[in-house]
Amino acid sequence: MFGDFLYLLRRNGLKVSLTEWMSLMEAMDKGLHGSSFTGFYYLCRCLLVKSEADFDRFDRCFLEYFKDVPLEQEVSQELMDWLNRPDVLNDYANWDEEQALKNMGLSEEEIERMLKERMQEQNEEHNGGSYWVGTHGMSTFGNSGLSPKGIRVGGESRYHRAFRVAGERKFRDFRRDNTLDTRQFQVALRRLRQYSGLVDLPPTEFDVDNTIQDTADSGGMLKVRYKRPRENTVKVLLLMDSGGSMDYYSQLCSALFQAVSKSGHFKDLKVFYFHNCVYTRLYNTPHLMSRDSVTTQWVLSNLPGDWKVILVGDAQMAPYELLGGYYGRSGDPDGPQCGLDWLQRIRERYKSSIWLNPSSRPDWGQYWSQTYDTIATVFPMFPLTVEGLEEGMKKLLAR
Amino acid sequence: MDEFRGSQNYVADPELLRAVNIAMVLQKPLLIKGEPGTGKTMLAEAIAQALNKKLIIWNIKSTTKAQDGLYVYDVVQRLYDSQFGGQGVDDIAKYVKLGKLGEAFTADEQVILLIDEIDKADLEFPNDLLWELDRMEFHIPETKETITAKHRPVVIITSNAEKELPDAFLRRCVFHYIEFPDKELMADIVRVHFPDLDEKLLTQVLEAFYKIRQLPQIKKKPSTSEIIDWIRALQHGGVDPKRVVKEVPYLGVLLKKNEDMDALRRAWR
Repeated sequence: MFGDFLYLLRRNGLKVSLTEWMSLMEAMDKGLHGSSFTGFYYLCRCLLVKSEADFDRFDRCFLEYFKDVPLEQEVSQELMDWLNRPDVLNDYANWDEEQALKNMGLSEEEIERMLKERMQEQNEEHNGGSYWVGTHGMSTFGNSGLSPKGIRVGGESRYHRAFRVAGERKFRDFRRDNTLDTRQFQVALRRLRQYSGLVDLPPTEFDVDNTIQDTADSGGMLKVRYKRPRENTVKVLLLMDSGGSMDYYSQLCSALFQAVSKSGHFKDLKVFYFHNCVYTRLYNTPHLMSRDSVTTQWVLSNLPGDWKVILVGDAQMAPYELLGGYYGRSGDPDGPQCGLDWLQRIRERYKSSIWLNPSSRPDWGQYWSQTYDTIATVFPMFPLTVEGLEEGMKKLLAR
Repeated sequence: MDEFRGSQNYVADPELLRAVNIAMVLQKPLLIKGEPGTGKTMLAEAIAQALNKKLIIWNIKSTTKAQDGLYVYDVVQRLYDSQFGGQGVDDIAKYVKLGKLGEAFTADEQVILLIDEIDKADLEFPNDLLWELDRMEFHIPETKETITAKHRPVVIITSNAEKELPDAFLRRCVFHYIEFPDKELMADIVRVHFPDLDEKLLTQVLEAFYKIRQLPQIKKKPSTSEIIDWIRALQHGGVDPKRVVKEVPYLGVLLKKNEDMDALRRAWR
């Protein structure tokens, strides 16, 4: 019975096992779907999908497989992204009396037909117009719009006028490739653990098992045993880019910072800031005041090579800021001469180091992608998302 | 067959009821996830009440081991007794105490077992319980005894998604994600807690509450338990319903972070 559906789900990255599939068959046999299509949908979902992060993927597979059964319209991811713009100003500047009257006169069928047409035609983002699917305009589709009548496509309902929500992919926000909040960061950071009973500490922890064993062995005479405490030996050096193009990601970076500083399981943690690229000095605060800073050389010589280094930055700057001799020239003629030299110094000193990037590689304009690519050859680079962070942690722990 | 239809004190949406009944018929553990404050723990209580069964709660902490749920063999007590010549030291069974899972298995009638916040424990914890939850039995080597469930308990597991649960464990569960209730469902929930609440106040409260939740700037969104506390505060203070949306009195009950309060003030100025 629709065995293809299983393979469709697996092809789309849902790890459905045979056990789960057989449970579904058993449940169908017992009539748990309640002979309704909706019931069937929920039955499938609660047996086959085990994380809310996969609900969205499941929904799309389900739609694809059972598409002859009319459900909601599929709205492309691209379109949903254009519409996800809570930042666009929330005002009535685009109000158009004439358009409002015109829209009031349209019937639901007409609007739905128009939406279909537009979805065929539209190929870019629109905010504040009256024709295309977009936000904050007088058009009858999109979201946060001002038209008295229309179809809401994505976004949070704000004006409550849309009479239909098309393709409300409710669980889209849970997808794991989304950027993340503090809690998720913390969970990912917990992976950064290396326990060792061999730390140089006196044996202070009471060892119950061996005490009992030894006491029993010596015929009931109490023999107390102690062991060395097990401790996380991971020491972390966090270097964060601050200011300039990084302001855009400030919330994300502050979430990472909070998560790192909150997870108290590291043996030691140091945080420094830099701007664009690491030069001769590292700063103690994101305000980059030189009176509150240390030299990069000091860090390199005082923190041993077993520290794990996480650099956070968008790796996008003017090429001369990375390669030119104006910044980052150390007094020593044999020392580092530019930003890249400093980065290489760090890389050589700390075998476990990664670069987390909140921004994706700019795919147009060689100007910005040049430094991005150069830095990616020095450090293993990961996106600052749940999956990226997890991958990065794995990299840091690999020996 | 028992069927769960919600209870007097617990309002559940139909999807949740469906998941509960699927789990009961298939005799699989039901894994419940959801935002804090969506009533995950309350659900087990409601099921126990509705089906008139005993509820056994196993609260998981970061130090909990799977073994603790099965049984504990009190070696130290036995050693102590043996040194001072206590009675019945030969009887190992005297020193074996059943944990919550063991208690549920040996109960004389079917019980509801709630394993609360399973993600708090160590990463390996769920894996250690696979066999026990699958077969509903475990062996005690000390007494050479096998404890088998007399009646398979209905197992409800809650998780706050702090840790990923292992795949092998997930495969054996029925999964349900409790979504945050929408306005209508929330109104029902509030009415259960405050049967004679003024309708005008309720409408105003809900409007203000969802307006706050919708703000993208708010980091810790208020949840069901907060709205209930808030209504209690509003009732106690005798606040005029007209003021609720405009002034949001007792804001501290809803928002617990300074940044969030500032964000709200900025957004509504």
